Formats: sequence, structure tokens, C-alpha cells
Amino acid sequence: MPSQEEIFEKVREALVDALGVEDDEVTPEATLQGDLDAESIDFLDIVFRLEKSFDIKIERGELFPEDILTDAEYVQDGKVNEAGIAKLKERMPFADLSKFEADPVVQNLGQQLTVRDMCRFVEHKLATA
Amino acid sequence: MRWFWIDRFTEFVSGERATALKCVSLGEDHLHDHLPGYPMMPGSLVTEGMAQAGGLLVSEYYGFNELVVLGKISQARFHGRVRPGQTMTYQIEVDTLRPDGAAVTATAQVGEKCHATAQLFFARMGDASQQPRGPRLFRNHNLLNWLNLVGVFEVGVRPDGTRLRSSDYSLAERGSLAERGSLAERGSLAERGSLAERGPLDEALPDKEAPCAGAS
Repeated sequence: MPSQEEIFEKVREALVDALGVEDDEVTPEATLQGDLDAESIDFLDIVFRLEKSFDIKIERGELFPEDILTDAEYVQDGKVNEAGIAKLKERMPFADLSKFEADPVVQNLGQQLTVRDMCRFVEHKLATA
Repeated sequence: MRWFWIDRFTEFVSGERATALKCVSLGEDHLHDHLPGYPMMPGSLVTEGMAQAGGLLVSEYYGFNELVVLGKISQARFHGRVRPGQTMTYQIEVDTLRPDGAAVTATAQVGEKCHATAQLFFARMGDASQQPRGPRLFRNHNLLNWLNLVGVFEVGVRPDGTRLRSSDYSLAERGSLAERGSLAERGSLAERGSLAERGPLDEALPDKEAPCAGAS
């Protein structure tokens, strides 16, 4: 199992290649969409790179569960309801959702996902592989 | 002007790699604007050529069943100029193929010289592509025609070396080709199989392998 620093370096490399950003822009606190301008298509590109870099398999929606965010059972008036929050926590144990819970507008989730969350996601995948 | 930015495949290995040629000609309209008095192939159209070659390779892997779109150019670098009279060789290597998308590395060479490299990312549209959004502009017979024009079924093989054949795919729109003017006169492609399988043009016009002799 690689160290946290090694995971961060590989995640950074994947983000630099996928998003065309500079090394120093990729900090643990940087948000993928807000700070690094990742768009939806970039998430799939990032997933491909992480799979290759860490030799892991990432299923569709595992990193970013768009299926929950588009499910009327979990979203009302553009906001994720309690059941949706519970589902997100179950599916995203690697992410800190406390900020999102305060204002669970669907678009906020992508805006608030950070590089640190992504590193935790990889750690989680490696630990459960 | 037709939106064909590769002329012919010379190699096509399902799910792995492809090589395609693009001959740059002063007969192409765009070269007279790019640039006036100094024609050279625009990098954007070199990228489009690599995307067409890569897109067909990826699309074949999915059985040509649905739309595969160029989702993203992750990287593209250009190293020089390509002028009329030169031929580019596009080489495509598949990096990743998944049910939801694919990534390829593409290069464009002129002779031994590397002209461009790119990383291209294709998204599979899946069910989204089946939603009606106005009249369809690109139908199966257009795709089949394109595949035949660029020689996919002439050189295409699976990794085990077996040939790719147009009849392996659901490309013929039943009944529609027979209703279409010029194609109907020639018999539908579905009935004829691909040109490569029957090879009538190759038989009628075999390549002249001997060097040209002087006019007698």
C-alpha cells in the first residue's frame, strides 16, 4: 500500500495531465470543479488515469455518484433530501460531506469535491481491493 | 467539400491499434485560406483526422452500435508544418477501453518526422444517443459507406488475426438502401457485402506492381 504522499503525487500527476493545470495548483484543499475547472467529461478521464496509475478498477459513478444526483427519489427542488444524503455518505465514505449537508444543492457536490477527497477515495479503493 | 480527414486505413486491429494515411492536397479548399500564399495543414484538422481514425477504432470495439463522440482532447502537441504534397501517417494506440468511454494516444508522422501527438478521449453516449433530437443526420448506411471508403474491412482484423467483415455488424438499415436512388441502382451494400469481401474493384483494376516504363 503506497503512502499518503505517494498517493497524493500520483493523484496530482493524473490531475495535471487530465486538466492541464500546473503542479502547484493541485493542493489537497483545491476543489476539482471550483478551483481546477474540471468538467463532467474530465471525471471519466481522471478515473481512467487513476485506474492505470494505481492498477485499480473504478466503476461508473463510484467516484462521483451522478445516479443519486439525478434520482427523483433523492432529489427534490434541486436539493438532495435526507435519504439522498444518507445514500451519498454510504457511497462516498471517502468524502467530507459536512459542508455539502449545510446547503445540499445538487451542483454544490461537484463544486466542493477536493483533491484530498480524491486521495481518500484512492486510499479507500486500495484498502478494500 | 466532404468531412473526411483520413484517406485510408493501412492497419486496423480491433480494440488495439490502427494506422491511417492522410494525403494533403492543394485541391483542398481550406488550404487556400490557411494560409493565403503559404498553404499548410491546420493543426485542428490534423487533430480531427486523428480523432476520426481513433473514433472508428473505438466505435468498432463497441460494434458500431451507437454514437461515440470525441469528448476531450486531453493533450495535443505540434512540431512543424505539413504542406501540400506530403502524406501524414496517423498511428492510434488504445490506452483504455471501458463500457463508458475510451482513451487513445495518437501520433501524426510525415515520413520519419513526428508532426503531432495527442491524447484523445471518447465518450460513449449509450442511451442518451437514442433520444430523438430532430432528424438524424448520420445513418447506418452513411457509416457503412465511410467504413468501406477508408478500407476498414480491407485491412481490419481482430487481435487473433481473423478478418473484420461488414456482415458482422448491424450496419445495414433494412429496406432503406434499396429505396435510395444511386445505391438502389447498384444493389444495396447489405446484399453485396463489403467491397473488400468481394473485391470486384481490386479484380478489375489490380495494382500495377511493375515500375512505370517510359512512354512508348
